[in-house]
Amino acid sequence: MVMFTFRRFLQLIPVFFGATLLVYFLVFATPGDPIAALSGGKPMAPAVEAALRAQYNLDQPFWVQYGLYLKNLVTLNLGQTFSGQEVSAVIGRAYPVTARLAVMALAFEAIFGVFFGVIAGLRKGKLFDSTVLVASLVVIAVPTFVLGFVLQLVIGVQLGWAKPTVSGTAPWNQLILPALVLGLVSLAYVIRLTRASISENMNADYVRTATAKGLSRRRVVVVHILRNSLIPVVTFLGADLGGLMGGAIVTEGIFNVPGIGNLLYKAILNGETPTVVAVVGMLVIVFVLANLVVDLLYAWLDPRIRYV
Amino acid sequence: MTHVSHINNAKSVDSKTARDADTPLLEIRDLAITFDTSNGPVHAVRNAHLSIMPGETVAIVGESGSGKSTTALAAIGLLPSNGRVSGGQIFFDGEDITKASSKRIVELRGSSIGMVPQDPMSNLNPVWKIGFQVKETLKANGLAGANSKERVAEVLAEAGLPDAAARAKQYPHEFSGGMRQRALIAIGLACRPRLLIADEPTSALDVTVQRQILDHLDRMTTELGTAVLLITHDLGLAAERAEKLVVMYKGQVVESGPALEILRNPQHPYTQRLVNSAPSMASQRLQSQKAKDALASAAAQTQESVSADGHSVPVAKDPMVVPSSVSPVIPGHAAKGETILEIKNLTKVFKLRGALGKATDFKAVDDISFSVPRGSTTAIVGESGSGKSTVAQMTLSLLAPTEGSILFDGVEVNTLKGKALFDFRRRVQPIFQDPYGSLDPMFNIYRTIEEPLKIHKIGDKKSREKKVRELLDQVSMPASTMQRYPNELSGGQRQRIAIARALALNPDVIICDEAVSALDVLVQAQVLNLLNELQEELGLTYLFITHDLAVVRQIADNVCVMQHGRIVETSSTDEVFNNPKQVYTQELLNAIPGASLLV
Repeated sequence: MVMFTFRRFLQLIPVFFGATLLVYFLVFATPGDPIAALSGGKPMAPAVEAALRAQYNLDQPFWVQYGLYLKNLVTLNLGQTFSGQEVSAVIGRAYPVTARLAVMALAFEAIFGVFFGVIAGLRKGKLFDSTVLVASLVVIAVPTFVLGFVLQLVIGVQLGWAKPTVSGTAPWNQLILPALVLGLVSLAYVIRLTRASISENMNADYVRTATAKGLSRRRVVVVHILRNSLIPVVTFLGADLGGLMGGAIVTEGIFNVPGIGNLLYKAILNGETPTVVAVVGMLVIVFVLANLVVDLLYAWLDPRIRYV
Repeated sequence: MTHVSHINNAKSVDSKTARDADTPLLEIRDLAITFDTSNGPVHAVRNAHLSIMPGETVAIVGESGSGKSTTALAAIGLLPSNGRVSGGQIFFDGEDITKASSKRIVELRGSSIGMVPQDPMSNLNPVWKIGFQVKETLKANGLAGANSKERVAEVLAEAGLPDAAARAKQYPHEFSGGMRQRALIAIGLACRPRLLIADEPTSALDVTVQRQILDHLDRMTTELGTAVLLITHDLGLAAERAEKLVVMYKGQVVESGPALEILRNPQHPYTQRLVNSAPSMASQRLQSQKAKDALASAAAQTQESVSADGHSVPVAKDPMVVPSSVSPVIPGHAAKGETILEIKNLTKVFKLRGALGKATDFKAVDDISFSVPRGSTTAIVGESGSGKSTVAQMTLSLLAPTEGSILFDGVEVNTLKGKALFDFRRRVQPIFQDPYGSLDPMFNIYRTIEEPLKIHKIGDKKSREKKVRELLDQVSMPASTMQRYPNELSGGQRQRIAIARALALNPDVIICDEAVSALDVLVQAQVLNLLNELQEELGLTYLFITHDLAVVRQIADNVCVMQHGRIVETSSTDEVFNNPKQVYTQELLNAIPGASLLV
């Protein structure tokens, strides 16, 4: 287990360099001149322009730019945005907001998804099951931005139960509505996954044996069906956490959440290579770590899986 | 094996037994069970009746789909959700279970009626420790007490699990099949039920393990005074273990009575067929019709059996065994008797991944040598893990041997490449165990059988269709089968299709890897007969991989007994059966259920 975890950490190194190189190249190859964007398209003195290009290494060939970036990275210097702020500081402000949002969304998924999924699975073919199935299908079918705007309008504006947009500090209570929107599609998947898993395990031989031992129905469900059924659900949730941590450009855009998604979106528009690469590189690490946590959880839930 | 040493409540068992000595413990009257399917109701069981006295062992015998398991499951209220009792009564100790509340049934389960299920691999929850699964049984029935840990170890030790206290801390996947079944027996008997339902308790286990487990179960239930309802497809096993037999066929009880009486004097035609084809009862090799006709002349020829070129052709002492010299020589095939397949010092080592990335060597096949004469059947017998299937795979050139050689018709198979390997594949064909898994569900039967012809570019479309028709005819399937798909056929029919596919290329050798193990007794007998007729007709050579000595008896001329990757005994079938030299072979023979009944 320790060896396995250690090896997975070692894997982070090539993954990180591969990802940053790829992202750096993609931003480099994107059409459009970042300096022109910086000046708002207005003409600029050639000397100023040259100085700016030199400041951001934009006058160097690609490999030199990437090399200089890596050199700075080793000294934990992530570079500066075009507006002169430290990239690390910008990320440091946006990330807690996204993390808060992601954890809340994941909690919605886990709690409501498993709850509805278990009941639907146990009552397969009954009214509750069919209702949940149809509702989850609708949620999956409707795009997030539609759901987001509708909920923002109904709950935030017309009913006034929540603030329609999030303020700069993004406190927990203001993030409830965005988190719900963010987690809704995955919630529908969790319900369906749990339901399928439960109804499959209900017919397992060991469940019949457990019943034959004289256990109560409740114990059979909780002890024998639930744990086995949760194994695929945990895998899904873990992978999803990685995705949620990446920030949700659409959801954060709708509710004006000052998170990573918003930051990344603006940085891409401006061609701010240092910001984009730093954010994406960090997201890659978060994603790989989230997957590692899933694998460890998996081994904990299922004793048949042992890593060596 | 540990004996039953802790009968804490032997007294209560005694008093219970005394009270009910003359009334049945379980009585099933006119039971009807219906399954509601999307195609309407299916009447799985009709008018079933049986009774079990306290302490008595009763066996329900029947093939798959006969309703035997369904009947037993109804007695413990465990019918699948779409099944229901649609008529009749089930009395347990005078109480009608079909009318009992679900609360009452939960009370009865475990404490009054225990169950040992069929497949030890799937019946223990993989995510909980063995000890936990035993303990919750005791707890649910109020028997855990203060020192439940010790009680768990006791119960497991009773069921013959060595080092029970330590074993209780392990997970099911750390147990072998036999050990898991012992754990399930421990669970079934943990709360000292008065009736134990044993649903094919050993059919997933090797014969020698099967025997140990059944012996142990016998001893325990006798000492505890537990009545047993044994469900099995094996008539020999049932007759050996039960006092009374109930024979079920297509959802109905066709015959019931004392075991030996039914065995010796079966009344119903189905029971008669079952008795006649029970493999464990077979005492001789199958013969084709042609061979039977030739039998008379065979006897006459016996004296002339020294052939012209001076070496003697072996003639068995048993007059029922056809000397090989009688069999017709098929044109296009070389003479019978010469070696077609020779295995020399074959070894296969697998690398097992161990802790910290260290690989350990596992010798699956260890320096074995044998040869297969053309036109005969050589069986490789062994328990699971003995390496017999690995030998089959290497002989089919699907797996590269670590060392040693396989000579097919004098040519080394190992080094064959390209065209030569392709030709080898035409001449050596496999039939696998699982007729459900070995046919492509998306191919209709015509395409399934035609495919090998197409791959080997034999004939045109028209001649191939003719050939498929012939092949279907050879395996006694109607030509109309061509347009059907595997899922429309029964297991036995599918295995016939697999045989037809193997025959399509006119192979010299067919390697049957447990080809009949998945089939019901009667179907198994039919398929074995078919294989035998085909061998006679086409001069085929079979390499027959099986765990079942009873099958060997019916089909093989020579036997190699394998254990732990080595051949421990190799000889003619008669020699192995009549005069086994190795202790292991004797054990295997003794383990054939019902063997003792023949003496």
